[in-house]
Amino acid sequence: MLDGGVIEKPGTSTENKTGDWRTDKPIVDYSKCIKCGICWMYCPDNAIKWENGLPVWDFDYCKGCGICAQECPAKAITMVREEK
Amino acid sequence: MIVGETSHVVAHAVKLCRPKVFAVYPITPQTHIVEALAEHVANGELDAEIIYADSEHSMFSAIVGAYAAGVRAFTASSSQGLALAHEVLHILSGMRLPAVFVAANRALSAPINIWGDHSDAMTSRDTSVMQFFAKNAQEAHDMVIQAYKIAEQVNLPAMVNIDGFNLSHLYEPVEAATQEQVDSYLPEFKPKFKLDPANPILMGPIGTPDNYMEIKHRQHLAMEHAREIIRKEMKSFKTVFGRDYRDGFVELYHTDRKTVLVAMGTLASTIEDMIDNGADFGLLRIRTFRPFPHRDIRNALKSAEEVVVFDRAYSYGAGGPLYIETKSALYGTNKKVRNAIVGLGGREVSPSSILKAVNSKEDEVWVDNYDSWIA
Repeated sequence: MLDGGVIEKPGTSTENKTGDWRTDKPIVDYSKCIKCGICWMYCPDNAIKWENGLPVWDFDYCKGCGICAQECPAKAITMVREEK
Repeated sequence: MIVGETSHVVAHAVKLCRPKVFAVYPITPQTHIVEALAEHVANGELDAEIIYADSEHSMFSAIVGAYAAGVRAFTASSSQGLALAHEVLHILSGMRLPAVFVAANRALSAPINIWGDHSDAMTSRDTSVMQFFAKNAQEAHDMVIQAYKIAEQVNLPAMVNIDGFNLSHLYEPVEAATQEQVDSYLPEFKPKFKLDPANPILMGPIGTPDNYMEIKHRQHLAMEHAREIIRKEMKSFKTVFGRDYRDGFVELYHTDRKTVLVAMGTLASTIEDMIDNGADFGLLRIRTFRPFPHRDIRNALKSAEEVVVFDRAYSYGAGGPLYIETKSALYGTNKKVRNAIVGLGGREVSPSSILKAVNSKEDEVWVDNYDSWIA
């Protein structure tokens, strides 16, 4: 609603894909991944899912902060500039 | 008819409007209002929650919360208190919450000064809060009731200004409203939106560059719509209470004269008295400062040749705020418009200081005389 910016129903944040805020994109090299789950634990946006024993990024919501790449003990994640 | 201090009379009017919450923090010269309200609650005459806040910032924030929860609320402040709460005034109006509060107008520090002038109101003028200025106790009492009625139709906050000490501490006879009158004038508060667990909404979210401007434009339209509502509500007020505030924006007194003075608040009462005692100028009193009555001023001053605008505040590097806005209302006319700065920090504004300003040929004059005291 334009009066006061009120949002009239709950849960609308799921409709807003925030992945397009991203400048750098995390790319994982699964051959180096030790499946420790530290990236999954550190992701501030819950954008890393654990599927079939491996971390998988949800790029609809990943904002490219780079925390996963910074924390990865195996240095398996690289931040790559994303061209749109 | 009762005789009372304006603060107590205002508290009486607030009580009749049945606020469910009021938040308090003491500051001179406003404190008597909320003290009186607390007494009404203690005596069982008013069923309201009192929130004793830690500062005016938290006090006004509590009012945001009360309105977000969907109840009518009240608070009052002055000077540094309003300055401290300044950002919350923007939040009240931006969230479109129709809060009503009284400002017992007082000077701003430094130098520290507890006495009256309009600096606090003028500092708040761009907050999108409607502003009304009372000239006497009766009008202060009536304005509170009108303010709730107007604010709740346009979803903008309203500030009732009473001159610190000159009005807030003045004892005058007043025709006090009855509960029946107020109940027939002011319906039960029905918020446009409220926080309710059964129907969740989000209030006060981020406004991004994609939507901030549209939200603010709606706010501007609401303030413009208030012009119509104010006119309408003055008529319905007259029907219920019998007192006539015309269209609610300006009060005219011999404005067909060559020289017309423009003023707000109790200062206008002094000028009115001078006119009654033979002064040859007219008076245009601005009663509603936000929304500003450009058209009413232009119409009222059609025949005036010289206009002297009295300010009890100053915009340093620019001029008196009321002068600047009156001049913009008169843009394109060939009237001589002059500015008199008077009564800062509680300095006495006597008839002799008003005459001194009128007789000055300067475009801007700061009148600082104490003649009337010595005489």
